[in-house]
Amino acid sequence: MAATTAPAETVPVTSARRRTLARLGPFLGLVVVIAVFALMTDSPSQYLSIRNFRIVVAQTVIVALGAIGMTMIIVSAGIDLSVGSAIALTGVVTALVLRAGMSPLLAVLAGVVAGGLVGVVNGLAITRLKVIPFIATLGTLGIARGVAKWIADQQTVNVPETWVNDLAVTFPRPEWLVVAPGVWLTLLLAVGAAFMLRRTIFGRHVFAIGSNEAAARACGISVDAMKVAIYGLAGLLFGLSGVMQMSRLRQGDPTVAIGTELDVIAAVVIGGGSLNGGVGTILGSMIGATIMAVLRNGSQQMGWPNYIQEIIIGAIIVVAVALDRVRTKAE
Amino acid sequence: MPPLLRVEGLRKRFGPTVALDGMSFELAGGQVHALIGENGAGKSTLMNVLAGALRADAGTMAIDGTPYVPVSPLDARRHGIALIHQELSLCPHLSVTENILMGREPSRYGLVDRREAEAQARELLANFPHPELHPARLVGDLPIAAQQVVEICRALAARARILLMDEPTSSLQRADVDHLFALICRLRDQGIGIVYISHFLEEIREIADVFTVLRDGRSVATGALASATNDELVAQMVGRSVDHLFPERRRSDPGEILLTVDNLAAPSVRQARFELRRGEVLGIAGLMGSGRTELIRAIFGLAPVTAGTVRIGAMSGERQVDPGNPASPRRQLAAGLGYLSEDRKGEGLALTMSLADNITMTRFSACATRGWLRLSDQRQQAAKWVKALGVKARTPDQAAQTLSGGNQQKVALARLMHQQADVLLLDEPTRGIDIGSKAQIYDAVVRAADDGKAVLMVSSYLPELFGLCDRLAVMSRGRLTAARPIAEWTPESVLHAAIDVEGQA
Repeated sequence: MAATTAPAETVPVTSARRRTLARLGPFLGLVVVIAVFALMTDSPSQYLSIRNFRIVVAQTVIVALGAIGMTMIIVSAGIDLSVGSAIALTGVVTALVLRAGMSPLLAVLAGVVAGGLVGVVNGLAITRLKVIPFIATLGTLGIARGVAKWIADQQTVNVPETWVNDLAVTFPRPEWLVVAPGVWLTLLLAVGAAFMLRRTIFGRHVFAIGSNEAAARACGISVDAMKVAIYGLAGLLFGLSGVMQMSRLRQGDPTVAIGTELDVIAAVVIGGGSLNGGVGTILGSMIGATIMAVLRNGSQQMGWPNYIQEIIIGAIIVVAVALDRVRTKAE
Repeated sequence: MPPLLRVEGLRKRFGPTVALDGMSFELAGGQVHALIGENGAGKSTLMNVLAGALRADAGTMAIDGTPYVPVSPLDARRHGIALIHQELSLCPHLSVTENILMGREPSRYGLVDRREAEAQARELLANFPHPELHPARLVGDLPIAAQQVVEICRALAARARILLMDEPTSSLQRADVDHLFALICRLRDQGIGIVYISHFLEEIREIADVFTVLRDGRSVATGALASATNDELVAQMVGRSVDHLFPERRRSDPGEILLTVDNLAAPSVRQARFELRRGEVLGIAGLMGSGRTELIRAIFGLAPVTAGTVRIGAMSGERQVDPGNPASPRRQLAAGLGYLSEDRKGEGLALTMSLADNITMTRFSACATRGWLRLSDQRQQAAKWVKALGVKARTPDQAAQTLSGGNQQKVALARLMHQQADVLLLDEPTRGIDIGSKAQIYDAVVRAADDGKAVLMVSSYLPELFGLCDRLAVMSRGRLTAARPIAEWTPESVLHAAIDVEGQA
């Protein structure tokens, strides 16, 4: 070597610990929100009961499933505004298949696949038509909602009694399940997605595209194919979210879940995801989704009107992102 | 009489990193004071402290003997300090006049007095021989050099007495550099003090009177430029002497042909033809905008080949690219090509990702089983290259954006090494990085060639082309001259070919 500096020592120091701390941020937020409600309510023991816990997690499922998919999209520097419409459409599809008397499993699969299709359409519009994600998914927001109303004949679709209706119930049978099968499924998928993002080549490519798309392309990553895969995969999760929505309503409603995409995006952002791409974790997003469900539940328990919830959640989004900026700056 | 600007014992830390460690210097009015030092020596931090963008932890500053403690960039401007940054800070959608007078628009009844504004802008612009600088033109439509003039005019409009210039020539052609220098001399003669940062010693000698060398956040030497040799300055910058910036080549007979480019045409490339052999370094010189970068991008599949062929004879047999058989970076990578972009931030690194991810990105397969990454293997493989290339980093897990420019560039190069590319396509591998990092990159390039890789290197810096290359070709207005042994070229003949290959073709 010609006159160079000493090579750096490679000590695996505190950065892992610091990253853990950074991920603890949203978690601390959750603890604070719960503590505040526990202190304010008349009967903290009731608020902190297993029963109320089960209510909260059952309410979280729809947004949480959506947030898993949305995390992948946002990490890749994308956005999907069509989630609410996709949930309505896939719920209707599931209900129609059930009403036609086909097997519940087939109905669930149909809902999930329908969600995947909406995602693939988004991905193709973004990569083939070169429309930015915001606009492309704004388009499918309208299209999917319209199709949902069309195939449902502008009515709710009633379904026969099957196990699909029990997927996301608050108090599932048998009792040992504690929480609904849908909650367990969400948990499983969240763990799987978290590992996929952190530990697989696919996951690293998602981050690379979000961090620097041009560099990702120069590194031989098929950016377009990846984007279709990301939106498609996320779409499958939105489809499952739609199945859960149908399960909770016990009918397919083409007018349901208007604006849910904003709750889903908020969950990801509260959990530390960056709309600039390249940053975000599944764990954070799950905590973000839970924080929103806790806020809703707590507000209801306090007997606050709906508009108070809306104001609080709006404020929380801004505060969470502001805190996140302070935190990353400090690092 | 107190000096125009006195800085004493300035300290600034960012977390564990000490950026300024007791920095001191003095600037007199009517003086061009060069600040030199490696990347990471603290120059940019010092500039930001002076310009009010950062606050020092300790130390004092004084203008004309009066204590100066800027609370904001605006405050710094009020004190007559203007920073002209490496990346220009103009609004491309506004006119020249609006940019120059931003924040101090003349107004009447609350409305901008357009006529007066334009008159003021015209008066300032009259100092510069730039015909395309019409006050009403949009700044975004102007060439970079003219934009820089706008930026300088803005500083003058603010009645700046101290100009801080951070690498002002990094995006300029020689003729524009001459204009800029003439302008700096004029400003100096008007009694304005100028702090001038550059990596190019030749340039500093041309324009500056006095120098201060920064190293590790301290001023280690200061004096008149006329009384210091380049070797002394470089030795002060790196803290040791650099005898051989360019390592010895173990020149042997070049091996088989790995890359054949035949009558290639692509956007901005009209005609290029050369062969690249194993163990060889082929340089491509040429002016900016001559099509050098576009040539490399077409070879790597980032731009379409419109005519001619590219043949790669490497790892996986022979592969041909022509208009009917387009390339993609993915396929070129698989065929053994490796690409280092001239645009490190835009196209090179994923800055928010870890060093390990960045280094292994083109060949994750080396540290993965069936799509799952083996994180400890990935870390180890990255650490190996971090060490081999002398990247100054704490751990392979830290984000690329935490490194200085020179170290980021080493990471970008490490990616090609990890990839085990047979043919390295390097576009401006040492642009804007410090001399210590340059030496390490030269070393890595030479070792790669000695190990039997073929290297194609585009550079604007002639000494490095002459120091490293076996053969050289020159690009001019989209045409590439024949590649000739380096001994047959002189800097003059290269320049001649760069300006005027048109006549020969």
